[in-house]
Amino acid sequence: MKEIMVIIISAILVDNFVLTRFLGVCPFLGVSKRNDSAFGMGIAVTFVMVAATAVTFPIYKFILEPLGLDYLRTMMFILIIALFVQIVEMAIKKKLPPLYKGLGVFLPLITTNCAVLGVTLINIDEGLGFGKAIALSFGAGLGFLLALMLFAGVRTSMQGKDIPKMFKGVPATLIAAAIVSLAFMGFGGIV
Amino acid sequence: MFEIYILPILIFAAVGLIAGALLTIASKVFEVKADERIEKVTDALPGINCGACGYSGCEPYAEAVVSGEAPSNLCKPGGDSTSEKISEILGTGYLDVIEHVAYVRCGGDCEATDEKYEYTGIETCNAVNRFYNGKGQCKHGCLGYGDCIDECMFDAISIQDGIAVIDSEKCTGCGMCAPACPNDLIVMKDATKVIDVKCLSTDTGKATRLNCDNGCIGCKICERKCEYDAIKVVDNLASIDYDKCTLCGVCVEVCPVKCIHNG
Repeated sequence: MKEIMVIIISAILVDNFVLTRFLGVCPFLGVSKRNDSAFGMGIAVTFVMVAATAVTFPIYKFILEPLGLDYLRTMMFILIIALFVQIVEMAIKKKLPPLYKGLGVFLPLITTNCAVLGVTLINIDEGLGFGKAIALSFGAGLGFLLALMLFAGVRTSMQGKDIPKMFKGVPATLIAAAIVSLAFMGFGGIV
Repeated sequence: MFEIYILPILIFAAVGLIAGALLTIASKVFEVKADERIEKVTDALPGINCGACGYSGCEPYAEAVVSGEAPSNLCKPGGDSTSEKISEILGTGYLDVIEHVAYVRCGGDCEATDEKYEYTGIETCNAVNRFYNGKGQCKHGCLGYGDCIDECMFDAISIQDGIAVIDSEKCTGCGMCAPACPNDLIVMKDATKVIDVKCLSTDTGKATRLNCDNGCIGCKICERKCEYDAIKVVDNLASIDYDKCTLCGVCVEVCPVKCIHNG
């Protein structure tokens, strides 16, 4: 149990997927304009990560690996991730239409979100067991959610501030992202 | 043979089939019933997704009209005929479309103002604006490279004497050009309110005068002469309150720099 907690905490803070490993930066910059859509995106990605790991892990361990079909894993994982993204998209469209509009193109883009494919591959490469793999995916999802919410907060308070003209727009956003990432460097090495 | 070539294909096909089956079930569970009137209203709209109605495109506007959020007369490019079609589909009363037209708030043509440097870079307003706020002497004025022309779908804008000019006959008031101007000079206004200040300079009177013969110097003569309290000078720039303006034209006559125009 203690190990599981360590994995989750380290995936959230120490090895944060967005701010330390630089995975999934595109929705991090794209959907962090408003707090509510950032929250929705974070939850959707967390769900997709955990669900995709729960399916890809057994498929890899019990089908691909024994049959020596390792080379199929990228394609197989993408197929399964796409399946869950599609289901999440339908569910959000039905249950939360405002969120569906707020997320826009970034919702189907979870399919090619490198953080999601990254977590499923890292689980395999690090040789974790099923429980730990699920824990890592869950932690990675929460870390993504935390990064998105933090950054949405930063961007909200940047709105209407007197930013020098040359930095306005994308440059200021990237600099702010760099500073948030710098803050996470402080967690480096504690676990 | 089987294990190397056929098995991977079979495994992939099986997973694909299961995924397909799951998605079919999910699409039934999460089915969203679309109102068929939305489609009809979308068909009646011009379909250019200009956003003049305040929605992101024709379909979102159609949804808003059908759900009763928005009135049926917001489509400016479509005009009265579109409004009529929508009211027929929905069975609501016909609403007249308020005609809008684009207006360029700069009168600094080649005769009135000069260039402060010779520009040889990329020929767009966006590019020239990055070098000391454009090559013209006034940093608020029309940059003259016609970024707005590229946006206009109706061929209504042209550059004459170094400034953008709107052909009000061709302009449908869709508002596509307005965001293209780096200096926000293009405003969408009610087509019947013809009087407007053709300047956006908030510099002091002296600075404006040095830069441009046609700029508003903030002298407040119009403010004093207006009988209806409809014109106000804020930040060295006159602006008209159209709720009070009666289009009497006194301000046009008294303006010493002739920056208030009638039409």
